[in-house]
Amino acid sequence: MLARYTLGALAHVALILAWYLFVRFGDVPKYVMPSPGATLEALLEPNYDWWSGIAVTGTEIFAGYFLALVVGVALALFFTWSKILEAFFMPLLVSLNMIPKVALGPLIIVWFKYGMLPNSLMAFSIAVFPILLTTARGLSEIEPELLDLVRSLKGSRWQLFTKIQLPGALPYIFSGMKVGAILAVAGAVVGEFLASDKGLGYLMLQVQVTLDTPAMFMAVILITLLGVALYGMVLGLERLVVPKDARVA
Amino acid sequence: MSPEPFIRLCGVRKVYRTAGEEHLAISDATFDVMPGELVSLVGPSGCGKSTLLKVLAGLHPHDGGDLRIGSAANPFDPSRDVGMVFQAPLLLKWRRVLENVLLPAEILGLPLAAARERARELLALVGLSGHEDKYPYELSGGMQQRAAIARALVHDPKLVLMDEPFGALDALTREKMNLELLRIWKEAGKTIVFVTHGISEAVFLGTRVVVLTAGPARMADNFVIELPRPRTLDMKTHEQFGVYSRRIYRLLGME
Ligand SMILES: Nc1ncnc2c1ncn2[C@@H]1O[C@H](COP(=O)(O)OP(=O)(O)OP(=O)(O)O)[C@@H](O)[C@H]1O
Ligand SMILES: [Mg+2]
Repeated sequence: MLARYTLGALAHVALILAWYLFVRFGDVPKYVMPSPGATLEALLEPNYDWWSGIAVTGTEIFAGYFLALVVGVALALFFTWSKILEAFFMPLLVSLNMIPKVALGPLIIVWFKYGMLPNSLMAFSIAVFPILLTTARGLSEIEPELLDLVRSLKGSRWQLFTKIQLPGALPYIFSGMKVGAILAVAGAVVGEFLASDKGLGYLMLQVQVTLDTPAMFMAVILITLLGVALYGMVLGLERLVVPKDARVA
Repeated sequence: MSPEPFIRLCGVRKVYRTAGEEHLAISDATFDVMPGELVSLVGPSGCGKSTLLKVLAGLHPHDGGDLRIGSAANPFDPSRDVGMVFQAPLLLKWRRVLENVLLPAEILGLPLAAARERARELLALVGLSGHEDKYPYELSGGMQQRAAIARALVHDPKLVLMDEPFGALDALTREKMNLELLRIWKEAGKTIVFVTHGISEAVFLGTRVVVLTAGPARMADNFVIELPRPRTLDMKTHEQFGVYSRRIYRLLGME
């Protein structure tokens, strides 16, 4: 186990080393690819106000993601409660899922102006579908004979739900949440690219004009770290509530 | 005076209705099960054995004939008095073995402290002492099926319905489980209806064997197995064992 973590960490170090060596000996101009050191130095530039960028983008991601989680799981629960509702809404949702959410960006901006709200909504709209669809699937995957077992004991719908359906769906919910976490980050950043006046995505557009590539690298790294933080939280929560064997990859 | 039967089926019919189509699954099931009997139910695949168990479990209404379970001396409560075991153990992956066994008690709202005590006893009975806190994936297939049997007994049902419970096990484990089942049955004193495809299993376990025809099921035969008890594996080589087995083979048209 420890050996696996060590190997994983080693791969990351190796990538940074390769990056360093490439820039150092490859004679690459700084505006094309800065060195790891130059990238870190970008953090020292006070004008860029990194902390507020991290706070803004982080808030957009987390707010959009949290909303997606609540709405996605709630809708899935709602549908499994009624076969008719499910038959009515699920095909529609599958179709809506086909919309490239990024293409909604300009519309969302027309509707909500620019700022943190539309960017959170971008994160939401892109993260909600995988959560909703996997949760619905998890809730509907119940062995018919297990259903017989509960029914033979005259178990209530509520007991079936709390004792079998919901815990059975948890691994699916988490697999949807993991996919959603990655997408939420992308959604918020695309929102910032389209229209915004703060955040790490906005900063990237600013420094693009001045060809401050080290700052762009740093922004990408920070956005990635925000995603890692969110993903890590989901993973940690999964460890807590889902036993090892029941997890879906 | 002989005691009253625990289950009495007389001309029981069962029709499945799906999207306007009718499918006759059981045309005439007629037999009695005495209290404490272990009746083996055999018949060709698709003849309606699982359907019959579901009717007995009260999961499906029957569409004709008479079905009576329980008697004045031996009342039967359809929600409390049925335990079920299927071919797959169907343990809940996220529950430990003990919690899995407790499931029926939870659903029925039985006092949990007492149920927990009983679950431990049952796990000991099925030979799973020391495995109470494991997750199902830590058990072998045979062990999982033992846990499923303990689960079927935890609410102390009068009737246990088993649908090919050992069908997925290898031949050796299956023989071992047969012996275990006889021991559990003797100690727990339940009435058991046991569906199987295994003719020798049916003869070996049963106080009686009920043979059904190809679907829609009718009665092909119904006879008492008069082998001494306790049954031992070497009885399978006895002449009488062979006579019973051939009788079933012939009925199923496999000879
Ligand atoms: N829910 C259902 N709706 C409609 N038809 C069904 C249903 N369940 C079973 N049947 C049909 O009823 C017949 C009997 O099925 P059943 O499952 O009882 O057979 P079985 O004897 O248990 O078979 P096997 O030995 O293969 O398990 C089959 O023809 C099957 O297709
Ligand atoms: Mg069957």
